[in-house]
Amino acid sequence: MVHLPTLTRWFIKSAMLYLMAALLLSIALQPPLRQELPLLATMWPTYLHLLVLGWLTQLIFGVALWLFPKYSPSRPRGDERLSWASFLLLNLGLLLRAVAEPSHALGYPVGALLIVAALAQLLAGWAFVLNTWPRVRER
Amino acid sequence: MPRLSVWFVRTALVYLAAGFTLGAALLAAPGLQLGVPAARLLPVHIEFLLSGWMIQLALGVAFWILPRFRVGPERGREDLAWLSYALLNLGVVLAAAGAVVGLPAVLPSIGHAAQAMSAGVFALHAWPRIKVFGA
Repeated sequence: MVHLPTLTRWFIKSAMLYLMAALLLSIALQPPLRQELPLLATMWPTYLHLLVLGWLTQLIFGVALWLFPKYSPSRPRGDERLSWASFLLLNLGLLLRAVAEPSHALGYPVGALLIVAALAQLLAGWAFVLNTWPRVRER
Repeated sequence: MPRLSVWFVRTALVYLAAGFTLGAALLAAPGLQLGVPAARLLPVHIEFLLSGWMIQLALGVAFWILPRFRVGPERGREDLAWLSYALLNLGVVLAAAGAVVGLPAVLPSIGHAAQAMSAGVFALHAWPRIKVFGA
């Protein structure tokens, strides 16, 4: 029987939620609704990031964590704290940007929120790279 | 993991880190009141993350896990897969550099052509491997 690691389950289930959210948002982004609600016109980047970061990237992170060659017999997935940090920061950053980016486009002063969202996503990506790099090797 | 997959996946990780860094700079720029040249950096951000990261990772993992052959070289024409790796990365660099430093328009176009050729060459490599396991 194949056991998905706990964090892989979190990554993949979160990815599926973002897929649903992105596709629901895509309905709202069609002309009839978009023309009536100015907020929706600012949400194109949010839609793209929900889809590409929330769904695709997060799915890749989860599957890579599960399937890539083991780091060592005692720590098969490397430093799992880095992977958990990656998961939490990615989702924090994505949710913050989903609020901050349209708000900024509408003229609200959310500069600090944009910075936190950017930093969270940056650290999420680097944490994943840092923990995955040593697992990518010949055997 | 075979050597070429290591090259594909590690290069993909480099592009992931670079693409996230550019994306963070673009997102934070209004908050930091930095004059980030978004029109130039956005295409590079997209190029790095779509071609450099996602496509490259997919090709590297496919080279690793697609069914192998029982007779002859187990992964078939590896030379084609190496050529695909070279063309993809040449293409990403040319397309990105074109956007940032304003190379003559023909060079980014050559970059995208190289990426398309990379896909074609990889398909030539992988096509016979898309078969029943053990066949």
